[in-house]
Amino acid sequence: MKNKLLNIKNLALEQLNQSKNIDELERIRVNFLGKKGELTQVLRAMGGLSKEERPIVGKLANEIRKELEENIKNAKLAIEKSLKDIKLKEETIDVTIPGKFNSIGRRHPLMQVKEELENLFLSMGYDVVEGPEIDTVENNFDALNAPEDHPSRDMSDTFYLSDNILLRTQTSPVQIRIMKTQEPPIRMVSAGRTFRFDDVDDTHSPMFHQMECLVIDKGVTMANLKDSIDKFVKQLFGDEMKTRFRPHNFPFTEPSAEVDVSCLKCMGKGCEFCHGTGWSMELLGCGMVHPNVLRNCGIDPEIYSGYAFGMGVDRVTMVKYGINNIRLLFENDARFLKQF
Amino acid sequence: MLVPIKWLKKYVDINVDDKELAEKLTMSGSHVDSIINLKKDIKNIVVGKIISVEKHPHADKLQVTKVDIGNKDLLQIITAAKNIKVGDLIPIALDGAVLADETKIKDTIFRDLLSQGMMCSYQELGFDDKLIPKEFKDGILILGNEAEIGQDISKALDMYGNILDIEITFNRPDCLSIMGIAREAAATLNTKFKYPEIKIKEECNNIKDYFNAVEIQSEDLCDRFYTRVVKDVKVGPSPQWLQRQLMDSGMRPINNIVDITNYVMLELGQPLHAYDLDKLEGRKLVARRPIKGETLITLDKVERKLDEDMLIIADANRPVGIAGVMGGYDSEINEDTKTMLIESASFNSKSVRSTSKKLGLRSEASARNEKGLNYSYVRDACERVCQLIELLGVGKVVKGNFDVGKTSYEKPVVKLRPHRVEMLLGVKIEINKMLEILNKLEIESIYENDVIVSKIPYFRQDIKQEADLIEEVGRIYGFHNIESKPLQGIILKGRKSEKRETEDYIKDLLTGLGLMEITTYSFISPKAYNNICASENDELRKYIKLLNPLGEDYSIMRTTLIPNMLDVICRNNNRGVSKAYLYEIGNIFIPKQIPVNELPEERSTLCIGMYGECDFFSLKGIVEQIMDRLGIKFNVKPIKDNTTFHSGRTAGLYVGDDLVGIFGEIHPDVLEKYDINYKVNVAELSIEQILKYKCMERKLKALPKYPAVLRDIAIIVKDNILIGDMQKIIKLTDDNKIEEVKLFDIYKGDKIDEGYKSVAFSIKYRNNEKTLTDEEVNKIHQQVLNNLQKEFGAALR
Repeated sequence: MKNKLLNIKNLALEQLNQSKNIDELERIRVNFLGKKGELTQVLRAMGGLSKEERPIVGKLANEIRKELEENIKNAKLAIEKSLKDIKLKEETIDVTIPGKFNSIGRRHPLMQVKEELENLFLSMGYDVVEGPEIDTVENNFDALNAPEDHPSRDMSDTFYLSDNILLRTQTSPVQIRIMKTQEPPIRMVSAGRTFRFDDVDDTHSPMFHQMECLVIDKGVTMANLKDSIDKFVKQLFGDEMKTRFRPHNFPFTEPSAEVDVSCLKCMGKGCEFCHGTGWSMELLGCGMVHPNVLRNCGIDPEIYSGYAFGMGVDRVTMVKYGINNIRLLFENDARFLKQF
Repeated sequence: MLVPIKWLKKYVDINVDDKELAEKLTMSGSHVDSIINLKKDIKNIVVGKIISVEKHPHADKLQVTKVDIGNKDLLQIITAAKNIKVGDLIPIALDGAVLADETKIKDTIFRDLLSQGMMCSYQELGFDDKLIPKEFKDGILILGNEAEIGQDISKALDMYGNILDIEITFNRPDCLSIMGIAREAAATLNTKFKYPEIKIKEECNNIKDYFNAVEIQSEDLCDRFYTRVVKDVKVGPSPQWLQRQLMDSGMRPINNIVDITNYVMLELGQPLHAYDLDKLEGRKLVARRPIKGETLITLDKVERKLDEDMLIIADANRPVGIAGVMGGYDSEINEDTKTMLIESASFNSKSVRSTSKKLGLRSEASARNEKGLNYSYVRDACERVCQLIELLGVGKVVKGNFDVGKTSYEKPVVKLRPHRVEMLLGVKIEINKMLEILNKLEIESIYENDVIVSKIPYFRQDIKQEADLIEEVGRIYGFHNIESKPLQGIILKGRKSEKRETEDYIKDLLTGLGLMEITTYSFISPKAYNNICASENDELRKYIKLLNPLGEDYSIMRTTLIPNMLDVICRNNNRGVSKAYLYEIGNIFIPKQIPVNELPEERSTLCIGMYGECDFFSLKGIVEQIMDRLGIKFNVKPIKDNTTFHSGRTAGLYVGDDLVGIFGEIHPDVLEKYDINYKVNVAELSIEQILKYKCMERKLKALPKYPAVLRDIAIIVKDNILIGDMQKIIKLTDDNKIEEVKLFDIYKGDKIDEGYKSVAFSIKYRNNEKTLTDEEVNKIHQQVLNNLQKEFGAALR
C-alpha cells in the first residue's frame, strides 16, 4: 500500500512538471485528488489495513495529499505569472514618444515680474494699490513739487489730453492720491502703466511700466530706506547683490538718490558690460519724501517723514530674463511669450 | 558736461587719481558717466617744418616738399595738400607710422619721386569731425608756433589726460561749468578751491566815447545787463592751447574772440555775446520785447519771426539778438571788426526756455540760460573776457562799463536745526562736521542759538529750505556712510483690492486653461474702428484724443481691447505661428464728455482671442469655466447685429438682462481688413460687471446618499430650436429631481427631414431624500417629453 501511494505521488509530480496550462493542472488535480481521484480511492481502501498500519499509511497519504496540493498551487502561480509576463511584454510602449497634454498658458513676462515685485512687498506689509492711467497735472506734477518750468512737463515729454489732464508719466501720482486720503502710517506699493513721449527703439517705448513704493510714519529715516532697498534687491536678485546709493535730484524727494546694483554679468567684479565699474546703473530712484509734497497732501513734515522709491518694471524684466529689445515685450509674439 | 581734468586742476587741489576722483564725485552727486582718455591710438607722428615747396615735375596736382623733423637730413614728402606753405609746422606721419583709423604709412614712390611719409589732418590724428576748426576741416593741420620740430605730435597737441563726462541734474545749473565742478570736487575731497584772479592791467579811453547807454525795458525778463567795450580788435585764430582746451570740452574753435567768450562760459557757466560795435545803430542797446512784425536773421543765417513773449536785444532801430539764445547775423564780429561790445546778462530762464523752444533753436548759451543763472556772475564773466583779450593781445580794453538792473545780491538765509539731520538721515553727524561741509560748498554757515544759519550764495538757487541743506550735508557726508536700519513700528500684512484679487484669479484660471497673456498699448489708431467695422455712430467711437500723439497709430485712448488683440493675432499669423490662444486684461477709457475736462472712467476689461485648431465652442468653454469658478450664473443669447462679429456665431453673456460681455467668431470682413487667414474667436468681458456678480463663497453641499438614474431622450425638432432653450425646459420639468441635462448628439442628414434635427440628451435623475423608483423616473421622463412636445413641437425619435 505504501508503495502504491508513493507511485501515485511520483506519477502526479511527473504530470505536474509537464503541465503547461491551468486546465491541465485542474485535470491533474481531479485525477489524483478529486472525489474519484486515485489518491482518494487508495484512502478509501484503507479499511482493509491492520490497526497498526492504518495510522502510518494514513499519515503518509495525508502528507502526499498536502504535497500534491502545494505543488499544484505553485505550478498554478508559475503559469499565471508567465502569462502576465507575456501580457506585459506585449503591452510594451515607446516611452520616448512625447507626452499628451493641454498646454499650460503663460503670464506675460512683464506681468510676472510686476506680480513678483508686488508679492514681495505684500509680504513686507505694503498694500498693493492702483491708480488711473489718465490723471491730472495736479497729481502728476504740481503736488509732486515738480518746478513749473521742469522740462518733463513739456509736450515733447508728456502726453496731454487737455490742459490739465495727461497720461501719467510715473506711478508717483498714486502716492499723492493715497496721502491725500489716508492717515499715516502708510505703506504702499503701486505698479502700472506709464507714458512718455519717446519714440519706439530698442530701449524706449511710449508706454512702459513703473513701480512705486511709499512709506510714511513717524521717525522714518534714510537709514530705513537703505535697509528696505537692500532687502528688496537681495530678495529679487539674490543675497550676493550689493547696492550703491548715489546722490541725485528728483523734485519729489529731498535728499534723493539713484541706486545702482552689482553688475548682473560679473556680480561686481568689473566686466565689459559694466565698463569695468562692477555696477549696473540706475536700477531705481529713491529719496526722503520732500516736505513740500507732504504739505501738499496735508501731512505735517514736522511730525511725519517718509521715503519713496520707484523703478522701471520693464527694465527689471529685461535684466532678469536677458531681453535685449523692449519691443519684444509689446509685440506679443506667441513664440516669445511661451518662453517665460 | 565734459570736464578735462587738467583744466579742473587749475581751480582745485586734487589728491587722488582720476579713477578715484570720478568715483568720489559720483558718490557725492556729480555722476560721472564715463572717463574719456585723450590718448589716441597713433604712432610715429612728429612735428615737421616745411623748408621748401615745389611743383611735382610729372603731376599737376602734387607738390614736392622738403621737411625738417630735426634730423640731419630733410625728408622729401609728396603731397596734394593746398593749405601749406614754407615755414608751416605740420604733423608728419613717418615711415612705419599708424594713423587713428589704423592706416599704416610707408615710404612710397609718387610718379617717380620718393615720398618719405605723409602730412596729417586733424581727422587722421583721431579728432571728431565736429570739433575741428573750419580752416583745418578739409586740409592739413597747421600747428601753432609753440610746437617744437621733431616733437611727438601727442605732446605737441597735448593729447594726454582724461576727461570726465558728468551728468548734471536739473537743480544744479551751477555745475554746467568747470568752476562749479571744481567747487564740488573741493568739498568732496576736502581740498582747496581756487577762484581765478580776475584783473585787467591796462584800460584806455572811456566807454562813453564809444557808446551812450544800455537799458532794460522789460525788467521781468532781464535781471542785469553788463557791457564793456574793446577796441583795436584783431580777430583771428586762437592760440593752439585755447583751441585744444575748447575741443577737449566738446566745442569747436571759431576765432579768438568767440573762443574767449566760450572759454569763459565753460569756465564760469555764464554765456556771453560779442557785437561789432560799428554795426550797432544809435550807440545804444535795449533789452525789450519785440514790436509786432519784427524779425531777425540769427548767426545761423535763418530769419526768425519774433513774438511779444520773447526778449530781444535791440539797438536804437532794430533787433540785434535774441536774448540768451543767439545773436544776430548783421552785428556778428568778423575779421574786419575793429571795436566790439561784450554783453554779459542774466535773463529770465522761463522766457529763454520758451523762446528757444518756440524757435526750435538751441545753443550752448540757451542750454545754460534756461536753467536759471544768477546776475552775480554777470560782471565777473565779462571782466574775465576782457582779461583774456588783454592777455592774448587781441584788443585793448576800454575803461568803464554799463551795468544796469540788479547789481547787488542779498544772500537769503536758510536755517538748519541739527537734530533734523538725524531725524531725516538716520545718522548722527557732529555739528562741526555739518558746518565744515556747508562752508566747503561755499554756503557760509555759522552755529548760533542752537541752529545753523546758512547764507545761500547766488550760484545755489536750488537751496530753499531746511531739507535742501540736509541733503547737502548728507551727500557730502556720503549716503554710503549711512548705516542701514530696519523700519520700526507694527507691520501688518499688506492688502490687495478686491478688483486686483479677482483679476489675478481670472489670470490664473486662464493660464491653467492654456491661454497666454499679452500686453498692448493703451492708445491706438482711430483707424482701428474702421478695421473692426464699427458703424459710424457706434458708441465705441466716442474716444479721447491725445493732444500731442506720437503719430496717428498712438493717437486715441482705446474704448475696446479687440483691435489690439486682432493686431497681435495678425502679427503672429504673419510670422507663421499657426495657432495662439491669448488674453489681455486692460483698461478701456470712457470719456464723460468730449473734449475732456475731467478724468474719464477707466474700465477694466478682459479680452480673449484664439485662432488655429479651435472654434466658437472652444472659446465658449473657456468663458463658461471662468464664470463657473467665479460663481456667476449666466445665460447666453445669440447676438446678430454686432458688425465686428459673425452674425450667426456670436453670443451675449448675460446675468439676468445685464450684458456682461460678448463672444464669438470675428466677421470675415474684419479678418479681411487685418489680412488674417484663420477663423478667429474673440471674447470681451467687463471686469466691473464680473465684480458685481461674482460669488466666491463656497459652502459644502452634502454628497448624494441615494443613487442617480440616467435616462436618454432623443427627439426631432425644427432646426432653429436652440439647445439651450430645450435644456432649460427639461431642467424646469422637475428642478429638484433633474440633476443634470447633458447634450450628447445632434444629427442632421439623410434620415431626418430637411429643416429638422435629431437631438439626444442624457438626463440624470436623483432624489436627495430617497431612492428613486423606476416608476417615478418614468413619470418625470414622460413629462419631459410632453413639455418638449408642447414647447417646441418635438417628436420622439
